[in-house]
Amino acid sequence: MSRLWSSLAWAFALACVLPLMALVSESAQPGSGVFSQLLESVLWDYIANSIQLVFWVALLSVVFGLPSAWLMAMCQFPGRRIFQWALMLPLAMPAYLIAYVYTDLLDYAGPVQKTLRHWFDWQSPNDYAFFEVRSLGGAAVMLALVLFPYLYLIVRTALKEQSYGLINASRLMGCSPWRSFFRVSLPMLRSAIMLAIALIAMETLADFATVHYFAVNTLTTAVYDTWLGYNSLTAAAKISVVMLLLVFGFIGLEKYSRRRQKLYERNAHQHGTLYHLSGAKALVATLWCSMLLFFAFILPMLVLLSYAIEHFDTAWNEAFFGYATTSLLVASVVAAICVVVSLVILGHQRYHQLFQAKWWHRTPSAMASTGYALPGTVLAIGVLIPLGQLDFALNEITSRWFEWQPGLIFSGTVVAIVFAYVVRFNAVALGSIESSYAKISPSTDMASKTMGLGMVAMMRKVHLPLLRKGCFSAALLVFIESMKELPAALLLRPFDFETLATYVYQYVSDEQLENASIAALTIVLVGLLPLIFINRLAAKA
Amino acid sequence: MKNALMAVMLLLATLVVPVRAADEVVNIYSYRQPFLIEPILDAFTKQTGIKTKVVFAKKGLLERLKREGKFSPADIVLTSNFSLLLQLSDEGLTQSLQSEVVAQNVPEAFRDPSQQWIALTKRVRNIYTSKARMGDLSEIRYEDLADEKYRGKICTRSGKHPYNLALVASMIAHHGEAETRQWLKGVKANLARKPQGNDRAQVKAIKEGLCDVSLGNSYYYGKMLEDEKQRTWAQAVNINFPNQKDRGAHINVSGVVLAKHAPHKADAVKLIEYLTSAQAQQLYASVNMEYPVKQGVKLSSLVASWGHFKEDGLAIAELAKWRQKALALLDETRFDLN
Repeated sequence: MSRLWSSLAWAFALACVLPLMALVSESAQPGSGVFSQLLESVLWDYIANSIQLVFWVALLSVVFGLPSAWLMAMCQFPGRRIFQWALMLPLAMPAYLIAYVYTDLLDYAGPVQKTLRHWFDWQSPNDYAFFEVRSLGGAAVMLALVLFPYLYLIVRTALKEQSYGLINASRLMGCSPWRSFFRVSLPMLRSAIMLAIALIAMETLADFATVHYFAVNTLTTAVYDTWLGYNSLTAAAKISVVMLLLVFGFIGLEKYSRRRQKLYERNAHQHGTLYHLSGAKALVATLWCSMLLFFAFILPMLVLLSYAIEHFDTAWNEAFFGYATTSLLVASVVAAICVVVSLVILGHQRYHQLFQAKWWHRTPSAMASTGYALPGTVLAIGVLIPLGQLDFALNEITSRWFEWQPGLIFSGTVVAIVFAYVVRFNAVALGSIESSYAKISPSTDMASKTMGLGMVAMMRKVHLPLLRKGCFSAALLVFIESMKELPAALLLRPFDFETLATYVYQYVSDEQLENASIAALTIVLVGLLPLIFINRLAAKA
Repeated sequence: MKNALMAVMLLLATLVVPVRAADEVVNIYSYRQPFLIEPILDAFTKQTGIKTKVVFAKKGLLERLKREGKFSPADIVLTSNFSLLLQLSDEGLTQSLQSEVVAQNVPEAFRDPSQQWIALTKRVRNIYTSKARMGDLSEIRYEDLADEKYRGKICTRSGKHPYNLALVASMIAHHGEAETRQWLKGVKANLARKPQGNDRAQVKAIKEGLCDVSLGNSYYYGKMLEDEKQRTWAQAVNINFPNQKDRGAHINVSGVVLAKHAPHKADAVKLIEYLTSAQAQQLYASVNMEYPVKQGVKLSSLVASWGHFKEDGLAIAELAKWRQKALALLDETRFDLN
């Protein structure tokens, strides 16, 4: 049974890495000199832009997410119950929507600058200096506003699973709350923060819509330029692979740096909070959370709503319900598959690492995370290659045996989209379940092993109940990501297949979001459903 | 719970069933936004009873077609610029379209010699200028955009957008690489801001006073006039047809190919014939404000009001030849970067 389990883990991992392998084999073919030509002209700028963008998005996400997570886990202050889940809302907002909305508000022709010009009687852009929205800084803020909830969610969970014992001890020994945070909590949070940053970094690297809209050229731009402009999928694949290596190098470095650090919490389930804020402190806490929520979610929603009201005639379309159902269905199925795949892979890893930790036990989980940093369209091509080959082989067999050809049943149907999403978002599920796993002490496993439990029984009776929270947040994150995903669905979809995102895109691509504002609102609202659902489940658990 | 699961499975099953060769339908891969072509496709269905299905994407459809090979469900591909037409036929993804009707409707210059692709509409790369601040510039040339007198006055979308790329390719074809490099450097030095947004956004910027001159396709002018919010943008600019005293204005084409493995070939040919017919060409002209390729089709009254103009007679194949060089020059001059 345990052998079957392990084979399954490797099979899943292999399936997840197939698209990348297909791209790598493309990139191994002799290139046309495009790569070196780019290297001589603009590639270094693109690399510098990508690194700066990742740096700023990560930094801003920490600035936004870490204090909020700490406040939520440790402090009591007015509005905490609402903010606790409301701060996750920005996750449901696709980055390209928030980018569009803020450009509309803040660029030269937008209401903010118009009002300023009116107040101060400025006549032309030369009369004053204003923050340029369509810039690297602007893109970093936009991405951080919708990505910080990752950090918030992961760090908050980690903090809640931390026992207060150590913090209390440090306080008894005379640490101030601040000092106790820096000396005790922060070191223990390091792996959670790094995990969140890794996810955010990958998401940032893979983003195309936002940076393209903001006219910021990054490595992703280079991937598209080489592929579509210079007509060289080979060079494009090369750049994608370089990007991926960067991310893996980064994650590997982090893991290496804490190879000796082991943290297990036993009495993690304490309720209540540590500090009761009042007066000015409570005010600051409430204000901080309200401001984050306002800029990352409420304001963009209000703008979308105003578009929707203003352009109701063109924006209303009864077909939405169909699109919404499709989006929901695909996203739920993908979320379920990702959780199962992650559990199988991590269960395998855990079981085998228990007695003899070898690097190859980690390999399947690394393999299954590869899709996350690939830009959607590139991943879609990566998915088309192996699935297409599979289809051709299948048709060959059926036509020989039954004189019947089923056509493209893998690459030409929703299977391709689901597969692409699983490959892309598995890293999210793996990350969030793995961080739950890390909290279960190996002695638990040893005890259950002593009592004669095998791999499967241990998973079912011991691990699963303890991993429940991790699985919930994994499913939630994957669901929301799948709702928002655009480029892969756009390219892989069969006829008569429309999700909310693909519908909205045809207007956004022409800078006419107003005409699809109701659909855009629906993406966000449907994304909220599982948030509420999961929140309820979590409350019950 | 079990019931819900069953329902989900059943629904998924309906999604998984591949598109089978149903009768009386044409499957379209489209690089153009569905809302632009819907009115024309609807008219086709009304007339013939043949349904159409569209998958729209701006990137990668060619790659998808290639990977799908002989099992591809696509019958035709609609593109928004010539380079995709040529790429599709160069990759061997098209088949020759033998149709008397098309041959009669579309002049030879707008068809592949072996009928691998057919252009459907023409669009001009115009220069828009501020009505309030620039006066009459009807004799402006693309070459002038590098002139110092436009320092800090020009707005454009990314130089790498297919529309600009084609213009740069035409500059290389006419003036050679070295001169085009100088021209690009000059235009870049004249930019009011880093290239961004689409063609309409540049006109908006002129209206707001950020710049005075922009590049943009002809039909956007008409489209903006139709839109309540954008009307004032269009009203703030003059639409100029460049190089009227010499070679004529640069034109690009949108077009169609018949996919090599089209499962509904007969119906697909009917659709392509329809797209070149007077009725459809009329719709292209009136709904999308484009210039029809078919001779004698009436322009929309607005487009007609811009008057006759001289077209750059450069062959489409010649433009295609310089496309990669154009891209390389744009990278070299760092046109899109700060």
